[in-house]
Amino acid sequence: MTDTPSQLPAHDEASIRVDLQLVADQIKADSRVLDVGCGDGMLLAHLRDTKHVDGRGLELSMARVSSAVREGLAVIQGDLEADLKHYPADAFDYVILSQTLQATHNPKEVLEGLLRLGTHAVVSFPNFGHWKVRLALLLTGRMPSTPTLPESWYDTENIHLCTIKDFLSLVDELGVTIEAGFALDGNGQKRSYKATGWLANLFSEQALFVLRH
Amino acid sequence: MSVLDTSSDNALAPRLTLEGPLVLQSGVSLSPVTIAYQTYGTLNAEKSNAILVCHALTGDQYVAGAHPVSGRDGWWHHVVGPGKVIDTDRYFVIGTNVLGGCMGSTGPKEINPETERPYGLLFPVITIRDMVQAQARLLDQLGIEKLFCVTGGSMGALQTLEWAHRFPERVTAAVPIAGSYRHSAQNIAFDEVGRQAIMADPEWRQGNYLEEGTVPTRGLAVARMAAHITYLSEPALQRKFGRRLQDRENLTYGFDADFQVESYLRHQGSTFVDRFDANSYLYISRAMDYFDLAEENGGNLADAFKDTPVRFCLISISSDWLFPTSESRAIVHALNANAAKVSFVEVESDKGHDAFLLDEPEFHDTLKGFLDGAARTVGLDDGAQGESA
Repeated sequence: MTDTPSQLPAHDEASIRVDLQLVADQIKADSRVLDVGCGDGMLLAHLRDTKHVDGRGLELSMARVSSAVREGLAVIQGDLEADLKHYPADAFDYVILSQTLQATHNPKEVLEGLLRLGTHAVVSFPNFGHWKVRLALLLTGRMPSTPTLPESWYDTENIHLCTIKDFLSLVDELGVTIEAGFALDGNGQKRSYKATGWLANLFSEQALFVLRH
Repeated sequence: MSVLDTSSDNALAPRLTLEGPLVLQSGVSLSPVTIAYQTYGTLNAEKSNAILVCHALTGDQYVAGAHPVSGRDGWWHHVVGPGKVIDTDRYFVIGTNVLGGCMGSTGPKEINPETERPYGLLFPVITIRDMVQAQARLLDQLGIEKLFCVTGGSMGALQTLEWAHRFPERVTAAVPIAGSYRHSAQNIAFDEVGRQAIMADPEWRQGNYLEEGTVPTRGLAVARMAAHITYLSEPALQRKFGRRLQDRENLTYGFDADFQVESYLRHQGSTFVDRFDANSYLYISRAMDYFDLAEENGGNLADAFKDTPVRFCLISISSDWLFPTSESRAIVHALNANAAKVSFVEVESDKGHDAFLLDEPEFHDTLKGFLDGAARTVGLDDGAQGESA
């Protein structure tokens, strides 16, 4: 579980980051939600306060778990690849994995795991197919460093980066349904993935998909 | 000499005698059973703000305020009090002396009505479940149907888990701190050292020391010294004492307390015997050894919390080697298997197991945040403050 990027602007002080808001928009009121890699619980608190969601969180960083628990959230310290297996099948309506899939050892197993626990999986990730990434590699001959993916190759936790196309091919292999898909540009503006078509893979810095098993 | 003459005076009031016998886990029927307790704050009109604070092996009902025997602050005075983490302006806090204890509750040093002499080893072996059953009966008689929270550290955590397991409908929130779902082989081993030290003291007199007018102070002190080491950590001991000498410039080439750490442990031992009963130590440590929530549920801990409505917050201490974080994590996994509402924090501290008794801001913030959150969800907001002030 890595830091979620802080480059995306928030609407204003009172609202949450636009990427989190987009995740929140996918969640139905009064549902049961597990936020995997929930950080300090900002999204869970927002869902609790605005949608009366019954939320749980899993987070690797103890400092962030502490802040979340201090907010009165049901968050535990743990590692998603070690701890998801302890949850029963179909325990949640939504399992959220925000900006973390690319940092897992086995993204395929993780996706399968998410869809075992929840009816829906809401997954967002940085798009390695973005033109700046492609251009950076082409022109500099070095691993791309972009505002969304600023770390050097040797200290990044992102060990399994993928493009939107890669992700869709994996989803296809898993045989799960895509209920919704969004592409986000550098300003956090969303477009429906279907509306933007193949251009999304070139012009989106991030993507968000709602999967259903 | 012991100042533990608590049977005949009212210093340890209030006490309440349970109506009818208590049938113990062993099958023995114990009667009468008296529980000594203390309360702090005010029970609100809805009786919805009660917090039961369960004590550790050598603790008692004096959670906060001055202790009548030792004169020192209550064992959780950092946490419980007006405006503190467990705010007695807001919550009604109940501390009980466990069954088998020596601070006014029925235990081996109290009078056996059948013989009109102290129970001694005729006292039946008790368990954590028995302690909790006695507390539940006490609350019945006090008219408290549901607890907002049960909490406690160490053996207090074992009672907290037993409460959540046995009476899930009577508990809104449970906070087991620095505990486990069962005593490990190492835990049992240390307890056995303590018990053997007590029983090896000739003054123990096969448990009849009260009648024979002796006190097994040496044995009880050694038990305390050994146990006390397990409550600390290697770095904490090193920082506090190192190899520094006690009131001397040079080694004495003898067996006096040359080192500060020796002097410290001797002091811990000698002050302990003034406030604790040796047989109680045997019984209570035995109760902890017998505790195993997994075993009681066919070896599957998750079954102990099936469909539990209780909100849990588990807190462990990073340097605790008596009840290490892995034990709390096992409980978290069992609760996850039930998709229970659970928070879990490992507090970073190098002070060992006893850190839960100390002024640890991260621990206190976590506990307070959890309680505030739980209070909000059951509608027990700050409005209760006005009623109880």
